[in-house]
Amino acid sequence: MATSLDFEAPLAELEAELNKLKATAGTSEDAGRQVDGLQRKFNERLRTLYSGLTAWQKVQVSRHPQRPLALDYLRLAFSDFTELHGDRRFGDDPAIVGGPACLDGRSVMVVAHQRGHDTRENNRRNFGMPGPEGFRKAQRLFRLAEKLGLPVITLVDTYGANVGVADEERGQIEAIASSIAEMCTLKVPIVSVVIGQGNSGGALAIGVADRILMLEFSVYSVASPEAAAAILWRTAQRASEAAEAMCITAQHMLEFGIADQIIPEPLGGAHRDPTMMALKLRDALGPVVGELLSMGITDLLEARYHRYRNIGLAFVESRVD
Amino acid sequence: MDLFRRRSRHLSLPSGESTTPEEPDNLWIRCPTCSEQIYEREYVDNLRVCPKCRFHFKLALSERFETLLDEGSFEEVDRYLRGTDPLHFNPDGQSYMDKLAECEHKSDTSEAVVTGTASIEGVRLVVAVNNFAFLGGSMGVAVGEKIARAVDLAVSRRLPLLVVSASGGARQQEGIFALMQMAKTTAALARLSRIGMPYISLLTDPTVAGVAASYALLGDVNIAEPGAYIGFAGPRVMEQAIRQKLPPGLASAESMLAHGMIDMVVPRAELRGTIARLLRLFTGASYTQRRESRNGSVPHKLAAGLLNGGVAVGD
Repeated sequence: MATSLDFEAPLAELEAELNKLKATAGTSEDAGRQVDGLQRKFNERLRTLYSGLTAWQKVQVSRHPQRPLALDYLRLAFSDFTELHGDRRFGDDPAIVGGPACLDGRSVMVVAHQRGHDTRENNRRNFGMPGPEGFRKAQRLFRLAEKLGLPVITLVDTYGANVGVADEERGQIEAIASSIAEMCTLKVPIVSVVIGQGNSGGALAIGVADRILMLEFSVYSVASPEAAAAILWRTAQRASEAAEAMCITAQHMLEFGIADQIIPEPLGGAHRDPTMMALKLRDALGPVVGELLSMGITDLLEARYHRYRNIGLAFVESRVD
Repeated sequence: MDLFRRRSRHLSLPSGESTTPEEPDNLWIRCPTCSEQIYEREYVDNLRVCPKCRFHFKLALSERFETLLDEGSFEEVDRYLRGTDPLHFNPDGQSYMDKLAECEHKSDTSEAVVTGTASIEGVRLVVAVNNFAFLGGSMGVAVGEKIARAVDLAVSRRLPLLVVSASGGARQQEGIFALMQMAKTTAALARLSRIGMPYISLLTDPTVAGVAASYALLGDVNIAEPGAYIGFAGPRVMEQAIRQKLPPGLASAESMLAHGMIDMVVPRAELRGTIARLLRLFTGASYTQRRESRNGSVPHKLAAGLLNGGVAVGD
């Protein structure tokens, strides 16, 4: 049963009607025409609705329970994914998955946040919020990729890094900082794709890259809108305001030059057609990885350095009052 | 010149007898942890550390400079570098630009970090100090840029780097641009590593979130002041997450030391000596110079050997 988002309520009745008609309509030409007509009407309204989503509504879409997650893409867009486990120091964090896989006939290393489609899986994977073991597993896989000369693809989808006593004690801050440091100088191409929400240092810890791609309804933010509202106004209730004010959408990221490319989602969001979304992702990734592989490693690292060194330079000024 | 001798004169604070004689000297300050009544003069002479329980009060930026750096050695760079408002952030009717101007006026610095060159016990270095009074020391584009430029300066002048952190993390008002400064500062630091110059990170109360999880934890040596709150989540966020009052000592400097995240917890009065000693040890040339100046000429090989834990090179 598909989960309907609040803002989709105006469409729910029409969708139910359409589904009922599909189930009960016969095979006659007339019935077919009836279904087609209703489908067209529904699609049109869906397109109108999704073309005018607010930032906060995009956050809802990016968190949709049926939205394809990293392991879905690894199944649908990649082949031969072989998951590797553990940070070789303390444990294995299910909020981060990774391992080698094949993309378009080319071996790559994939590292990704993984939440769940249901409560049980979300509890097991801590809603995709990694602890230090997750980031250290990621670093281990980055180094392995470097050793083997495999391009790295990261799929970002997290509320943020986990907050907890044990995480602090095992060095959440060190794990994030060293993950960022590892990616800044990793001697293989890195492509990062934000597939859902990319929040806080927990996103950036696997998000430093030569190219950043974002799905159409994904978001990228310094903190989740709830956390940002709590910091700014001491209440998470104002999350929707924070989402608008902080310009977190994929479209903003493209405008800011943070993202290089937006991958369009199927009509009404990736959750309505995960397979089509996976194919779009695969088709977008192939050329980007190919282009980066054609660059010399020195040029690649120099470009990566300047990419980050220059972020926000347009927003500083030196003036004497 | 004996570089090891602490010049205690420089450890007195600006609000002490010499600089503000008009201030009445019969003031008492109450320690928030042990409730001890501390005589103002004693408190100032003690670098704003409670004489009874050793609680370290926050230092103002100017006090940090005076207690840490050689007197008159600091030369500021990028003094007028300021941030603007990348998101046109204005959800409450007060624009972020107005907020910045207000902070600048109140805190007397143009942004939440001050950078430049200085010396500690005669050792030259590049220094960056967070100003917690400026929007909680938070990192936006200007802070990230100033830190990165300080790192660049250390690279171009081949000087060691000291960053003194006191920060609530990335600045929400600058959104994604603030988050990306974590990568900017980290990318810059990699270049300092590449030329073999040491980076000492001094974490003071509080250092959390985006700053803790980037440059502040990446020191070759991480030093913290006693009792400093250091962690990913600030106290308020942590209390919400664990749904209870903050357990004492959680995410403290001492806890971070016990869990291997920092190298040492150093009382305020010993910071100068400790940092200077480390820098001399790390930059062998200065160490050799010092030994030469004290003991006459020391063969370079021997000096190098001493740097390798006392084992002569070639052994």
